[in-house]
Amino acid sequence: MSEQSLEHSQDKRPTRWHIAVFLAPALLVYTAVMILPLFGTLQLSLFRSIDNVQVFTGLENFRTLFGDPRWSNSFWNALGNNTWFFIIHMLVQNPIGILLAALLSSPKLRFSAFYRTAIFIPTILSFVIVGFAWKLILSPLWGVAPNLLDMVGLKSLFVPWLGKEEYALTALSLISVWQFVGIPMMLIYAAMLSIPEEVIEAAECDGVTGFSQFWKIKLPLILPSIGIISILTFVGNFNAFDLIYSAQGALAGPNYATDILGTFLYRTFFGFQLQTGDPNMGATIASMMFFIILTGVCVYLFLIQTRLRRYQF
Amino acid sequence: MKHRLLTGLLMASSILGSAGIALAQDKTLTIESWRNDDLAIWQEKLIPAFEAKNPGIKVTFSPSAPTEYNAALNAKLDAGSAGDLITCRPFTSIDLYGKGQLADLTALPGMENFSDVAKSAWQTDDGKATFCVPMASVIHGFIYNKEAFDKLGIAVPATEEEFFAALDKIKADGTYIPMAMGTKDLWEAATMGYQNIGPNYWKGEEGRLALIKGEQKLTDADWVAPFATLAKWKPYLGDGFEAQSYPDSQNLFTLGRAAIFPAGSWEISTFNTQAQFKMGAFPPPVQKAGDTCYISDHTDIGLGLNPKSANADAAKAFLSWVASPEFATIYANALPGFFSLNSAPVKMEDPLAQEFVSWREKCKPTIRSTYQILSRGTPNLENETWVKSANVINGTETPEAAAAELQKGLDSWFKPAK
Repeated sequence: MSEQSLEHSQDKRPTRWHIAVFLAPALLVYTAVMILPLFGTLQLSLFRSIDNVQVFTGLENFRTLFGDPRWSNSFWNALGNNTWFFIIHMLVQNPIGILLAALLSSPKLRFSAFYRTAIFIPTILSFVIVGFAWKLILSPLWGVAPNLLDMVGLKSLFVPWLGKEEYALTALSLISVWQFVGIPMMLIYAAMLSIPEEVIEAAECDGVTGFSQFWKIKLPLILPSIGIISILTFVGNFNAFDLIYSAQGALAGPNYATDILGTFLYRTFFGFQLQTGDPNMGATIASMMFFIILTGVCVYLFLIQTRLRRYQF
Repeated sequence: MKHRLLTGLLMASSILGSAGIALAQDKTLTIESWRNDDLAIWQEKLIPAFEAKNPGIKVTFSPSAPTEYNAALNAKLDAGSAGDLITCRPFTSIDLYGKGQLADLTALPGMENFSDVAKSAWQTDDGKATFCVPMASVIHGFIYNKEAFDKLGIAVPATEEEFFAALDKIKADGTYIPMAMGTKDLWEAATMGYQNIGPNYWKGEEGRLALIKGEQKLTDADWVAPFATLAKWKPYLGDGFEAQSYPDSQNLFTLGRAAIFPAGSWEISTFNTQAQFKMGAFPPPVQKAGDTCYISDHTDIGLGLNPKSANADAAKAFLSWVASPEFATIYANALPGFFSLNSAPVKMEDPLAQEFVSWREKCKPTIRSTYQILSRGTPNLENETWVKSANVINGTETPEAAAAELQKGLDSWFKPAK
């Protein structure tokens, strides 16, 4: 104790080596499992395997991906599907998440802890379970969906959604929404709880209550959280793979209608059935995914986040 | 250089292996396979039979999911963590051999038990080196519910006309779904559909080899016709067949809700244990009565040696046993529907398996058209055929358009050897 105060009084700054020591484990682990593989992937995409020897070919793989009509069709198809997957999440998952959070934070609601837990549970389930369970629910043979529709006399509305080109991707997006709606709900809920009582009381004094209170007071205050959720959804959706793979398989049928960048990458990198894997083209697709996500995140960070108004209390 | 390294590794491993014997330790062999359905048969019948004769060698059968097998195996081989024995897919294993990931087994004792045709799926293009021991082939056809056929008074169809007449009759009666097949898993449509009925149109080996030589094209009438027939199957499939998966189809049939199952002979053992009714089988119907019939008798499974195996000697002993008539008999009877490729005749007990194998006598056998050479490039003809067959049955693409797309994809990389 006395030594420390002595040092302070001498105003000598000792090397703060403990910062480096405490940072080192996380930094090393992160570098080993994230940064090195990332650069490994980028490097792999610049090579091509010719007679089992890796040959540097520059941007040749990217030229194939965008120049060869077969590759580019698959790529644009996957990117288009992925964008639709993202749009559904933004239009359905996030508004529902905000709505649920608004309802949950209402002080009049009873059993709110129960609802909160129940809605959040699917998020912690494995993709394999979710994919399998929904495949069974929607199965035209043994599923409960046709029977339930039959009970209310709407059997004619039943369609084998997962097997139809026009519905399969939307159906899978909605399954994913069902699974992950708990995350925006939780984040918005936390943001809403942190709005100070005084602000709400002041609003009530001015006669701003009910829906207009949510619209004019709460929503502007939670906008930064909504921004964060949007970017999390974006990154999550463009990295998605597991749900499609577990529900539709690696060929993402019917007729590649549910093929997203993740499944396209998997099929190319590891191969499928008689198709042998092509790690170089796979890495090229992985690099494109990285660039797409990087661009999205940059747009958010530099154009949107800086314009969001923050309120200090 | 690579070869010398490999020999060095092999030598080192054999020395290490014999050191193991000196210490009287059990050597463990691991088999990589996609046949997870066969786990019980390997553990209860095949492995004990081998271990009883070869004390000191323990064998483990470690299967993975069929569609993931190739990807998983390649990753394991590249990482050096693959098992000692590797189950070989037909024709594609040549890539592994080329990369030095499968050992040359041409001189393996027991290899003389197989004909050249049986070995062709696991040989280099010049036929000089063989790298997998042929284990089994599968035959395509249709399995039907005998009770349903008797009840409705339907005779086993021999021609296409009779086949569709039978389907109409079953549909009109309404008790049974005429045919149990779905398009969700894609491969069902291609393997049980296109490759099942196709050989009758393209005349088996004749058409298949002509395609490889470039004398025929997938857009020729003989290759479009099977698609046209498949398109006619749609009304006879169950409700929502677009979302019906392969296990769904199997269950529909074994629960007695469907009358006909477009099948591969590998179904026999599962169907025998699950179905409560009598079953029969018929080969793909011919176009006109009296036409020569062709069947797909596809060389499907082989077993190869991982050159990096630490127990190469023990593994070779196991492979020689796999090449023996003893193995053939146990295997063919334990797994009715997987027909031995061994030249020695194998006696089978199962009536359904006998029915399938009897077609070898009257019909001309061929293998699946997309497997040899034609699936080496990108886009892959086999995988594309899955997607297109499903499209044709779903009615989202015409037979002509599907065939044209397939040929276009093939033309983009395949140059027939002149």
